[in-house]
Amino acid sequence: MANYSDITINGLWKNNPALVQLLGLCPLLGVTNSVVNSIGLGLATIFVLVASNTCVSIIKNVTPDAIRLPTFVMIIAAAVTCTELLMQAYTYELYEILGIFLPLITTNCVILGRADGFACKNSVAASAYDGLMMGLGFAAVLYLLGAARELIGTGSLFANMDLLFGSMAQNWEITVFNNYPQFLLAILPPGAFILTGLIIAAKNSIDAGIKRKQEAKLADQEKISKRVRVTGTIS
Amino acid sequence: MALMRITSPHAHNKQSTSDVMKLVLLATLPGVLALTVAFGWGTLINILLASIFGLALEALALAARKRPIAFYLKDYSALVTAVLLGIALPPYSAWWILLTGMFFSIIVAKQLYGGLGYNPFNPAMVGYVVLLISFPIQMTVWAAPIELLPASVSVPNLWDSLLIALGFMQFPSVDGFTMATPLDLLRQNNALMIDDLKQQYSQFGQWGGTGWEWVSLGFLVGGLYLLYRKIFTWHAPISMLLALALMSALFYDGGSSASSGSPPFQLLTGAAIFGAFFIVTDPVSSAVSNKGRIIYGAGIGILIFLIRKWGNYPDAVAFAVLLMNFAAPLIDHYTQPTTYGHSKKSKS
Repeated sequence: MANYSDITINGLWKNNPALVQLLGLCPLLGVTNSVVNSIGLGLATIFVLVASNTCVSIIKNVTPDAIRLPTFVMIIAAAVTCTELLMQAYTYELYEILGIFLPLITTNCVILGRADGFACKNSVAASAYDGLMMGLGFAAVLYLLGAARELIGTGSLFANMDLLFGSMAQNWEITVFNNYPQFLLAILPPGAFILTGLIIAAKNSIDAGIKRKQEAKLADQEKISKRVRVTGTIS
Repeated sequence: MALMRITSPHAHNKQSTSDVMKLVLLATLPGVLALTVAFGWGTLINILLASIFGLALEALALAARKRPIAFYLKDYSALVTAVLLGIALPPYSAWWILLTGMFFSIIVAKQLYGGLGYNPFNPAMVGYVVLLISFPIQMTVWAAPIELLPASVSVPNLWDSLLIALGFMQFPSVDGFTMATPLDLLRQNNALMIDDLKQQYSQFGQWGGTGWEWVSLGFLVGGLYLLYRKIFTWHAPISMLLALALMSALFYDGGSSASSGSPPFQLLTGAAIFGAFFIVTDPVSSAVSNKGRIIYGAGIGILIFLIRKWGNYPDAVAFAVLLMNFAAPLIDHYTQPTTYGHSKKSKS
């Protein structure tokens, strides 16, 4: 059966949908120009992922193989519609800002990929957990990118958080640099591409560092356990 | 019988990268001089600060990449990038503009791709475009030509210029001190005759813009010197200028401002000449064969005119060069010269 710690590591790091599978780049690059946008879209994606994974897993035994993909897409579209209606009801302004990217979650490959790659082969609980972890991994990258772009682009953080968290978040905005001229590149799409590339590079270099350390450890162990050569001539 | 066992070429040019770069630096002098005479000390300060930032960033990047620092700094390529960016930016640019520009030129456009020789894009132009997109307000404020300044406004001296760039001092008076460039004016006025514009705005000179004519001439002299020293071939710059002239001749109707000025005006204003001889000729990011260079240069010339006339920005050399940088590998693919002894058919 599915190993829950494996699912966690896969979703958050080893198989991160945004950094390793490079899926769902459209919303990743499109809306992450501020923290509030990326958290909003991140939450929506998590919700859709969990809901669609759960539903797909429940009906996995009665879905004919030939039409499984259309079925999955219908389920995902239903989940997305629910999310959309919820956001329209509770966070209307954010719903307006996210615009087309909310319905576009339907076409986000992460969600269909998890439905077809994981949920239709595993138990309901494991599928729901996988959806949560994949969603969290995706949302974490969204959040990181949104924060970096907002900070570099406007010199402040957490602006307009009240769109998502209500009036208590009205003065969450932190101005990091005073008199900061807007650095438009970071807010425009090219900035998203450059920053995503840098984040992927950072992840790869961390992975390479970990690998090097492990190899060094292995080499050390081999050195210690190496036997002294006893055959042959000793000069 | 003595046989030569080395292969051709038997005689070769001993010029190293650093020699070439030094010559390019030398050739920018007349243009820089003209810029300084026309617009004050600002350009020199730009170049000074950009050079300091450029060398420091290059050294940092080399250290991070574990490459020999002194060896690569001595090829002067970072300095050339800094000087070109310093020339391209508006005089009296703030230090953080120069720092950001040099960061994207040296770190992002050059070192992240693997250093000199591996950059698909012209580093100076990447820095310039990043700045132009990011800081439209600061990047479109160009100092007025000195000879057009009202008597009440004094030109900052060298020390004051440095203080302005470092942010310790304000412009004497922003309104009197900066002016729209001729290309800006042409964009903003669509329903006038060019002769009316010339009477109304003193920024227009005899051919190009006041001051701009001399700047272009200065860069022309430097460029021709480089051509004479065989630093680059004539193909790319000449085909770029010809394409620009042809395009403007095609669309010029003899006097209305909507038709974007005569060919001499298009050639002598903005960065056309500077771009043709100092940007388009970059050996790394341009096409390789002579035929390829002609196509590459013509593409840039056409794009410059298209963007100047119908685009959102008054001048277009940087965008045109970057777009053609994208196309350079494709051009190389289709213009690969056949080697001696092979027919064209046998290649495919």
